[in-house]
Amino acid sequence: MSIKHKTLDLKKRMQGALLGGGQKAIEKQQSMGKMTARERIVALLDPNSFHEYDLFVEHAARDFDMDKKHLPGDGVITGTGTIGGFPVCIYAQDFTVAGGSLGIMHARKISKIMDHAMNLKIPIIGINDSGGARIQEGVNSLAGYGEIFYRNTLASGVIPQISVILGPCAGGAVYSPALTDFVFVVDKISKMFITGPEVIKSVLGEEISMEELGGARVHSEITGNAHFFAESEQECLQQIKKLVTYIPWNNSKKADAFPKKAPKTRQYKIDNIIPTDPREPYDVRDVIRAISDDSDFFEVQELFAANMVIGFGRINGETVGFVANQPMVLAGVLDVDSSDKAARFIRFCNAFNIPLVTLVDLPGYLPGIDQEHAGVIRHGAKILYSYSEATVPKITIILRKAYGGGYIAMCSRHLRADFVFAWPTAEIAVMGPEGAANIIFRNEIKNAENPEQVRQEKVEEYKKKFANPYVAAAHGYIDAVIEPNETRRFVVHALEVSSQKSELRPTKKHGIPPF
Amino acid sequence: MEKDKNLIDKEVVFTEFVVDDATYKTQLNKMYMNRKPYEPFNPSHLKSFMPGNIPEVHVKEGDEVKEGDILLILEAMKMKNHIIAPFDGKITAVNVKVGDKVPKNHILLEIKP
Repeated sequence: MSIKHKTLDLKKRMQGALLGGGQKAIEKQQSMGKMTARERIVALLDPNSFHEYDLFVEHAARDFDMDKKHLPGDGVITGTGTIGGFPVCIYAQDFTVAGGSLGIMHARKISKIMDHAMNLKIPIIGINDSGGARIQEGVNSLAGYGEIFYRNTLASGVIPQISVILGPCAGGAVYSPALTDFVFVVDKISKMFITGPEVIKSVLGEEISMEELGGARVHSEITGNAHFFAESEQECLQQIKKLVTYIPWNNSKKADAFPKKAPKTRQYKIDNIIPTDPREPYDVRDVIRAISDDSDFFEVQELFAANMVIGFGRINGETVGFVANQPMVLAGVLDVDSSDKAARFIRFCNAFNIPLVTLVDLPGYLPGIDQEHAGVIRHGAKILYSYSEATVPKITIILRKAYGGGYIAMCSRHLRADFVFAWPTAEIAVMGPEGAANIIFRNEIKNAENPEQVRQEKVEEYKKKFANPYVAAAHGYIDAVIEPNETRRFVVHALEVSSQKSELRPTKKHGIPPF
Repeated sequence: MEKDKNLIDKEVVFTEFVVDDATYKTQLNKMYMNRKPYEPFNPSHLKSFMPGNIPEVHVKEGDEVKEGDILLILEAMKMKNHIIAPFDGKITAVNVKVGDKVPKNHILLEIKP
């Protein structure tokens, strides 16, 4: 055979494989409002940048007549490509081939591309759309999942790992996304659960729809398993494209710098955002936008535990991670979910050399029996742990309230913030004036002729004395009390001078964070 | 792509929320509003620790029982779980019958010492 013939033969073989589960299955996928695996990869990556590997891998199942079946690519597409020039390893499960079910060769393809990502030190993106384990392959498909989970764990903190849920992702399969850094979901398309509605109904008699059990909204608002919520697959892919601009290739690099841009100060006037009364709400994201480059803020887990705001932005062209209390929701308190949310984000930033900018305005931890019984002690400890552990530059700005344990937890000097700035509106105290006065002057108030009047006087007295940043500044716990409109200037400088920061920590195998 | 989500502008209703005797104006989130009120432990209430079926009921109202007696069976996760009397006493209420499906924390029986 001549080269021409052999090339023609290759083309023919490729054509067959590229069609996945065939025209009918593709039409079915599209009728569900879903893109095919290949369409997703092409839409996400730069034009012509996708290079596919292992196209001719054959499945290994021999029982239940599976040996007579041909599954092109064994239901998963793997390869490398670029997103805006940013290199990635990628895999996408192909639902048109045996429902995207995971057999041992399918798993080996995923494991192989993950190993590539680790050797090449570039991020891995996994697009999940699979009915789950391929039952016919028995324990081999379980082995396949195990191999993936192990690799997810080793890759954690070395290369960024992104999971995209564009279909079902059920049973053991959900643990790969759960081990990765960012999970993207799409309304009405993504479904994640350990046991589905049918099993729940037959075993427990409880009825629930897939959407209510493990739809995109549930994981974005309630469980916190998802980090980015989109209305459509297109929007989801845009979100991924945006995320990769903020993160580095791996843990030995910094994220690519962008051209410096000033914030849109006409739209976000810092002096106008904060109400004078410390008990009035405002949107802390406006403060972030007032100091970030181009007033750009890319929020992570927007719908989950909204009393804490986390996300990426840039200061002078460099990526920073913002962590901020949101006075607009639950007065910005720390609770089980918000501590968990912030702690994980802080650890991501620390692992990938992204400086942390923390904005503080909170009355403390959320009181309540449900919180105490839900373990606010161990969950709340996560935020202390991750801030203390972080060695990236840490800059803290106290906007208004910083009371009690909340003050300590929100990257205080005591947890080794490099710079702590406070606005003149800051109140750094063991608790709010109302609560403190009620305790300190309990007897005076009780024994007074007019307790309410005395109480008010004592609250005012406490406010005057302690509800300010100057007591903390006098102890050196705050580096500078700054005018709000000077915030960006101070943060820019703080980041500049800490660009070579290095901190030695005791060597250990690993710490034991309060998981 | 950038959605304008300046929630303050969208006529959000703020409620009053008290932390350490100070009242804050803020929004309450779903998780907070859906939190379950605390119920103190009542030793007289025998509850289902899991959702399940009731294949057998061995007692009726007014029965005298001894500690350790099997009062009924709660079938959950393919296991037949014995619900036993925690102390000697009298059954004051039986809230289930054979064939019932019960949710978690349903009061199955009431017993008085």
